[in-house]
Amino acid sequence: MNPTIAMITFRAMLGRRRALLLFALPLLLVVLAVALRVTGVADLEISSLVLQRFAIATLLPLVALVAGTGVIGPEIDDGQIMYVLTKPIPRHVVVLTKLAVAIALIAVFAVLPTFVAGLLLAGTTAQLALAFGIGMLAGGIAYGAVFVALAVVSRNAVVIGLLYALVWEALLGNFAPGAKSASVQQWALSVADTFTSASYVRSTVDLPVAVVLLVLVTAAGTLLAVLRLRSLTVAGAD
Amino acid sequence: MSELRLDRVSRWYGNVVAVNGVSMTIGPGVTGLLGPNGAGKSTLIHMMGGFLEPSSGTVTLDGAPIWRNPGIYRVLGLVPEHEAAYDFLTGRQFILAMAKLHKLPDPGAAAQRAIDLVEMDYAASRPIGQYSKGMKQRIKMASALVHDPAVLLLDEPFNGMDPRQRLQLMDLIRRMAAEGRTILFSSHILEEVERLASHIEVIVAGRHAASGDFREIRRLMTDRPHLFLVRSADDRALAAAIIADGSARSVRLTPKGLEVEAVDFRRFTLLLPRLARDAQVRLWEVAPSDESLESVFSYLVAR
Repeated sequence: MNPTIAMITFRAMLGRRRALLLFALPLLLVVLAVALRVTGVADLEISSLVLQRFAIATLLPLVALVAGTGVIGPEIDDGQIMYVLTKPIPRHVVVLTKLAVAIALIAVFAVLPTFVAGLLLAGTTAQLALAFGIGMLAGGIAYGAVFVALAVVSRNAVVIGLLYALVWEALLGNFAPGAKSASVQQWALSVADTFTSASYVRSTVDLPVAVVLLVLVTAAGTLLAVLRLRSLTVAGAD
Repeated sequence: MSELRLDRVSRWYGNVVAVNGVSMTIGPGVTGLLGPNGAGKSTLIHMMGGFLEPSSGTVTLDGAPIWRNPGIYRVLGLVPEHEAAYDFLTGRQFILAMAKLHKLPDPGAAAQRAIDLVEMDYAASRPIGQYSKGMKQRIKMASALVHDPAVLLLDEPFNGMDPRQRLQLMDLIRRMAAEGRTILFSSHILEEVERLASHIEVIVAGRHAASGDFREIRRLMTDRPHLFLVRSADDRALAAAIIADGSARSVRLTPKGLEVEAVDFRRFTLLLPRLARDAQVRLWEVAPSDESLESVFSYLVAR
């Protein structure tokens, strides 16, 4: 971890226009939770559904995509990354710091709002809020690592990430059960499932498998990002 | 005293060869990397700075490979050509962050020293986004100087600078070279290189076209057939006089005037007024017609 890189990254992330998306989506979730609470529609089934469909399936991948690619992608695109890379800092420190910032942003803009929405919707019933908070954090870390790696590897990280989240996880998952199990979303849900007694929360993946896959994907993403950053060719070099 | 060495370095992108078998050694003092736009100067500097892997050959700094070796940045400073810096930081915040990234013992003092070196103290508390091109160039320079490196690589450092800033930067580079640093800067402008560099490396179309003392290169560049366009009161009479004198290889009468191919640039420019006076022909215009740097370079390559 390098505090200077973290400071620059935070300032770059929150100063960018894309940061608005970071604020808008969680706000929408909390507003929805308040509305459901006020109108009294929020029983455990509806609450679980909102947290599954909106928080884990939509908010988490989108915020993770913005945060994960945003912490390093734009810097590589316009060559600013040179100022960090021309320092005697091991590349893994750069990647781990960027990942830590991404995870912190995911925690603030996806995990925390989900926890708050969970409390608003279900109170402490069935530990729904806490369960989804933990599940979101577990999924957020894996997503973060994947999207940071994607941003180091490709200039089209955002498009590829969106395709994965929308086509693979959302669409394909509905038709092919196999594809459904091979998704960060299901693993995060599996973690959430473990911590709540609500029977409406169901994942297609068992917890041990989910945890192993989450750890594997996080490690693989981080490693790939480090390796690719070591041999990064900076924009405009040609 | 540090030495940068390139040994038969090539770099290609797919089928396009950007740098082709370049070997050179860059020692203390100021070295100018001269070449027209697109000659491969940036590619070379990126390889020297560790941002591009040579497709073949090696780039070393005092014997240590540069590629995939972040440790070299303790002794190497790099000023990239593109303008991008962290626009949302002030100049001082930016340089202080760079000093901290270098893990210098007293980052605050190092940052202030670097800012003073490039004379940017007056604007150091303004965001970089509000800087002019020349100011950005200088703050980038400060970012490369903050750790007092022995080797400094500058990619087109004078681009976008006004004449006064240019002189200041030249002065700064000279001072740093006098302290025993190894400095390499690239430029496509002959005069810049001529005024600053004691040693010149010329790159044309990815190939190492010439190397050495600036006077030698200058002679190579001037001792070539030069094409002049001459307009006068009596082109025919003047043509006869030039031919008779023998200082020109050929003279062509055209509707625009005389096209003279001179053998020796200096001799011809001194001789022509005298010839015209003796032949009692009034000169209206004398213009070199192939003075573009590209033609100078292509001549060098053809040799």
